[in-house]
Amino acid sequence: MDVQKTALYNYHKNLGAKFVPFAGYEMPIQYKDGIVKEHISTRTHAGFFDVSHMGQFFLEGDETLIESLEKIIPADLKNLKINHSKYSFLLNNEGGIIDDLIITKTEKGFCIILNAACKENDIKQISQFLQKNHKHLLNNDLSLIALQGPKSVEILEKLIPGVANLKFMTGSKFEYEDEKLYVTRSGYTGEDGFEISISNTKVEKLIDYLISNKVKPIGLGARDTLRLEAGLCLYGHDLNEKINPVEANLKWAIAKKRKEIGGFNGWEKIKDLLANGSEKIRVGIKPDGKVIARENTKIFSPDNNEIGFVTSGTFGPSVNAPVAMGYIKSEFSEIGTSILLEVRGKKYGGKISELPFYKKSYVK
Amino acid sequence: MSEKKFSKKHEWVSLDGDVATVGITKHATEMLGDIVFVEVPDAGKAVEKEGQAAVVESTKAASDVYSPISGEITEGNKAIADDPGSVNTDPEGASWFFKLKIKDKGEYDSLMSKDEYDKFCKENPS
Repeated sequence: MDVQKTALYNYHKNLGAKFVPFAGYEMPIQYKDGIVKEHISTRTHAGFFDVSHMGQFFLEGDETLIESLEKIIPADLKNLKINHSKYSFLLNNEGGIIDDLIITKTEKGFCIILNAACKENDIKQISQFLQKNHKHLLNNDLSLIALQGPKSVEILEKLIPGVANLKFMTGSKFEYEDEKLYVTRSGYTGEDGFEISISNTKVEKLIDYLISNKVKPIGLGARDTLRLEAGLCLYGHDLNEKINPVEANLKWAIAKKRKEIGGFNGWEKIKDLLANGSEKIRVGIKPDGKVIARENTKIFSPDNNEIGFVTSGTFGPSVNAPVAMGYIKSEFSEIGTSILLEVRGKKYGGKISELPFYKKSYVK
Repeated sequence: MSEKKFSKKHEWVSLDGDVATVGITKHATEMLGDIVFVEVPDAGKAVEKEGQAAVVESTKAASDVYSPISGEITEGNKAIADDPGSVNTDPEGASWFFKLKIKDKGEYDSLMSKDEYDKFCKENPS
């Protein structure tokens, strides 16, 4: 398959981006400032992220569409109000996570934001449950820009009046440059901010405006340190088809009603796990010193039994310390439990930590 | 102190009598990005030419630092282990990695000069 590029590829190049292949796309990993500065400027001012590689999947249909989607998504889609969004997943028959996603109720159906690496398979999986009268479209004519950080609202409100009224995890249509665009108050950094779905033909103009307001471009590198500090999962690392939402410590994302009634893929398994707990569970991990416990680092108990593994680990610039997430036998998952992390053959001390590592309040 | 010599793995060496000081080059720090963890060897450790001697990690990944010259470590720079970011600021000065007592000055002589190293970096962009 040819390497794909987002509509902003040349723009990134002119901004001094370093590119890496990611999910079949050439994506900026960082710009001239580097990961730490990009991270800090997102937390203190605002940054923009080109996340146009993610799938913007639109579905249209009558109430039978809700029934179809609820077979594979454990959210309460019946009671999801128009312009409201939920974090959820696609589940397989074993309750494993095929992908994690954000689903938004639209006037005619739903919009689902899918991970780039998963989107083709996701659509196949979803399509199994769709009926002939359900229409669907992966819209590649749209870019998706995340604007994140404390100044996001002030900056975007000047350009698109009304966005300041949006509450966290809600969205609305707005007018910009004689075109409709869709803005949600959401993101994946632990900061207040927006995700803006805008046509490929207008996206450069939007970015020009953001840059003129000192919004820095942020690459995948800082996106990773930001999301990890915020305790958020990265699919393919912290989540995969063999991990279910209970193990992933994401049972809060299964709607209360759906937990009671079920009716989705893997329900029997998940019902059992909800009642009895899982053998392993996702936790936050803080190494005691400066050592970084990266993905696949083995975790041991103080008496040297292997009890888990790290799925994401890096240095957290805002926490100013190394941070990690991983899976550990449930009996060791209590906050504050001492563990050992094996890095380059040596064992270093660490502790099970609360998530997120970095806290900020969203606008509710 | 002698002039700095350079290795293909982006370390620099300077020599004072039979004690060499080793660090990573500015070019190396630019490739690595923000340095957030450094592990330096303890005094007494024997290292081989091109053998692994220290570790440097950026936000992106961990990399080994090799000794361009064989010998016995006399000192690891604890200051950079405490403040890894200082390697980005002064890689070819205060932020050296380790000192070692060398066995064979010929290993030092065979390394690249500054001009040769600059040319090497231009020809091998990564």
